[in-house]
Amino acid sequence: MNSALLMNIARFILLLLAQVLIFNRMDLFGFVNPFPYILFIILYPVNGNKTGLLLASFFLGLIMDMFWNSGGVHAAACLVLAYFRPSIFKFSFGLSYEYQTVKLNDSLTPERFSFILIAVVIHHFTLFILEIFKLSSILDILVRTVLSTLFTIITSIIIIYLIKPSKR
Amino acid sequence: MQQIFSFLFKNSYRLLFLLLLVLSLGLTIQSHSYHKSKVISSANFLTGGIYQKVNNINEYFNLKSQNDELAFENARLKALLFNTKDSTKLPEIDTIKGVKKTDVIISKVIHNSYSKHENYLTINNGSKDGIKQDMGVINSAGIIGIVDDVSPGYATVISILNVKSQINAKLKKSNHFGSLVWNGKSTGFVQLIDVPRLAGVRKGDTIVTGGQSHIFPENIGIGTIEKVYTDDETNYYTLDIKLFNDMTNLGYVYIIKNKDREEIIQLESKIKKDE
Repeated sequence: MNSALLMNIARFILLLLAQVLIFNRMDLFGFVNPFPYILFIILYPVNGNKTGLLLASFFLGLIMDMFWNSGGVHAAACLVLAYFRPSIFKFSFGLSYEYQTVKLNDSLTPERFSFILIAVVIHHFTLFILEIFKLSSILDILVRTVLSTLFTIITSIIIIYLIKPSKR
Repeated sequence: MQQIFSFLFKNSYRLLFLLLLVLSLGLTIQSHSYHKSKVISSANFLTGGIYQKVNNINEYFNLKSQNDELAFENARLKALLFNTKDSTKLPEIDTIKGVKKTDVIISKVIHNSYSKHENYLTINNGSKDGIKQDMGVINSAGIIGIVDDVSPGYATVISILNVKSQINAKLKKSNHFGSLVWNGKSTGFVQLIDVPRLAGVRKGDTIVTGGQSHIFPENIGIGTIEKVYTDDETNYYTLDIKLFNDMTNLGYVYIIKNKDREEIIQLESKIKKDE
C-alpha cells in the first residue's frame, strides 16, 4: 500500500519534470506539443482511491497551467479525464475490469491501446476547446487535437515501455 | 436534514468533481479576459526558478546569434554617434521621441512560447527592479509585448503573438494608424487592422508604434507590410505585417518605463469624471 503511494508521488513529480523540461519545448511543426504527463492519470492503479485521483489530477493540471501560462485549462482537462476514467475502463476492458488485474504496462493488446487512445483524445479535445475558446476556430481545435494526440500516444507508449519494470 | 446529509455523502465524489471543475473553468475564463491579471501564472518563485535554471543551460546554445545581434546593435549606435559633429559630446537622439521621459530596464527572456493562441514570455526581473504591469517590452529589432503579471523576481509578458494583444501602431511615412493584432496563424506575421482607405499603403512600407499609447514611445519598429486586404464589412484595410523580430528566438530585452504615464492617465480620468 505504502509503496504504491510512493510510486504515485514519484510518477507525479517525474512526469511533470519531463513534461516541463523536455516535451514543452518540442514544438513540432511550430504548434504541436505532446503531453505525456497525463500518463500519471492513465497509469494510476485501477482500484486506487478515486477521490485521491481526482484531487491529484487537479493539482497536476494546475501546476502544468502555471508553467504553461494558461489559466485553468490543463486542470479542467485532467479533471475530466480522471472523472471519466472508470467509464473508459468499462468500455475498453468490459464490465468486469475491477476484478481483473489490469496492467497497462504489459504487451500492447488492442484493449490497452483503445484505452490509451480514448483517454488521450478526451483530454486533448477538452484542452484545446478551453485553450482556444472560440467556436469559429473549430477546425484549428480539431487539427491540434488530432496531431497532438498522435504525438502524445507515440511518446506515451515509448515511455511506458522504457520504464516497464523488468520481470524476474 | 438527514436526507440532505445522505445526499451529500452519497454524491460526494461527483460533487467534488463539479466543485473542482467549476474552479478550473473559472480560472480559464478569467485568463481569457484581458484586463485582469492572472491568478495562475509563471511569474512566481517555483516556475520562475525552474525556468531560470533551464535557461542558464540553454543560453550556451544561442550565444553566437545573441553576440551577432548585440554587435549589430553596437554598430548601428556607433554609426549614430559618429555622424554627429562632435563625437565626444553625447548626441541628442531625436528619432525616438521621449527618450528622456523613459527609463530603460534590461532583462532576459527565460521562457518563450509561440505555439499557442495566447502566448506569454517569462523574464527574470520583477517588481524589485521597478517593473510594473503595462510596461512596454522591446529589443533592438522591434517590439515584443507588454508586461502582464509581476512577482518580486519575475514577470510575465503578453507577447505580440497573442490573440488578446492590441497595440496602437501607424505607418511610418504617413502617420495613418490602426490596431496591431494577431490572428493566431503564423509566428512571423501580425495584422494591422482598421487602417483608413485614405492611407496609401504599399508592400514593403514600414510600420512603427504610434504615439497614442502610454506604453510604447513613438516610432519603435514593428515590421514591414507584406500583403494588403480590404475588409468587406468595414471597408478598412487589413495589412499583413512581417515582423522585424524573430519571436521564436529572443534573448535580452529592454523594458520601457514611461515616467509621464501616471500623469497622463490621471489627467484623462479627470476628464472622464467631468463628463
